[in-house]
Amino acid sequence: MIEPLWEVFVRSRRGLSHVHVGSLHAPDATMALRNARDVYTRRQEGVSIWVVPATDITASSPDEKDEFFDPAGDKVYRHPTFYEVPEGVDHL
Amino acid sequence: MNDLFVYSLRLGDDALISAQRTAEWIAAAPQLEEDVALGNIGLDQLGQARSLLQYAGQVEGAGRSEDDLAYFRDERDFVNLQLCELPNGDFAATIARLLYFATYQHLLYEELRGCSDEQLAGIAGKAVKEVAYHVDHATQWVLRLGDGTEESHGRMQAGLDAMWPYTGELFASDDLVRRLDVAVDPASLQDEWNRRVMAVIEESTCTRPESSYQHSGGREGRHTEHLGFLLAELQHVARSHPGATW
Repeated sequence: MIEPLWEVFVRSRRGLSHVHVGSLHAPDATMALRNARDVYTRRQEGVSIWVVPATDITASSPDEKDEFFDPAGDKVYRHPTFYEVPEGVDHL
Repeated sequence: MNDLFVYSLRLGDDALISAQRTAEWIAAAPQLEEDVALGNIGLDQLGQARSLLQYAGQVEGAGRSEDDLAYFRDERDFVNLQLCELPNGDFAATIARLLYFATYQHLLYEELRGCSDEQLAGIAGKAVKEVAYHVDHATQWVLRLGDGTEESHGRMQAGLDAMWPYTGELFASDDLVRRLDVAVDPASLQDEWNRRVMAVIEESTCTRPESSYQHSGGREGRHTEHLGFLLAELQHVARSHPGATW
């Protein structure tokens, strides 16, 4: 029997965000969490784990890459570094 | 013989032989995730064995290291519970053994971490968290297999039944544990062990194994026919190349 696939997110320490570390198979959420503990945090990699059913993730498609991401390429004014800070403004 | 030495040896041998059996699942478990889970559990047990055997050697004072005790004693010198040396059987049987043994270890270490011997208390204090997870792992699987399909339920029940005749020995008291003030008398753990194990078995929809003949003798060095084969595999490299390092 092929068990459902789960995506695993681990927070390495307090104050940081959960980061995707990989995926695994498990029959249900409880076991997925335990498997994640065993597979992905056995060398002290984390203090918190999320598991999410892989089927619940909606991902962008590689086919949409051009219209999704390319338009941001030439919009330098979206970066804060594009603007000069006026003289006398110290604590912006 | 020194009581504290023998007592440390008993606990160390339980952990060592369990570690060896558990390790047999690596690359043979039903799924990769379970390979790693059982690998972690086996390594926890091996870590406990190392600390306990090292301490036993120190207490004995004859210059024997943890390796000497693990690799250069014969079958009759091992004082582990017979439950620990039983062949793995199918996955459900291994899980049944883990439920019985880890629940026992958990209760034992909980008591032992408050004992007056600093070394034993320290080893137990570290191990108690590890075995709490072993209990949880076994529990999760007993519930899923027991309350799963007809096939998995049948196998879980068969596993629980097959390991049951070796659980009486866990709680056998003897002169040594009564004499040694730091030792936990295993008889005192039986009621709580029964309560915890039965709660899991009932929730899993399996039934309590029938009371049956209970095997014993491990603490006196009398073992099932399986221990010799296990030791042959465990010890043969160390004995073929004594003193080898890498």
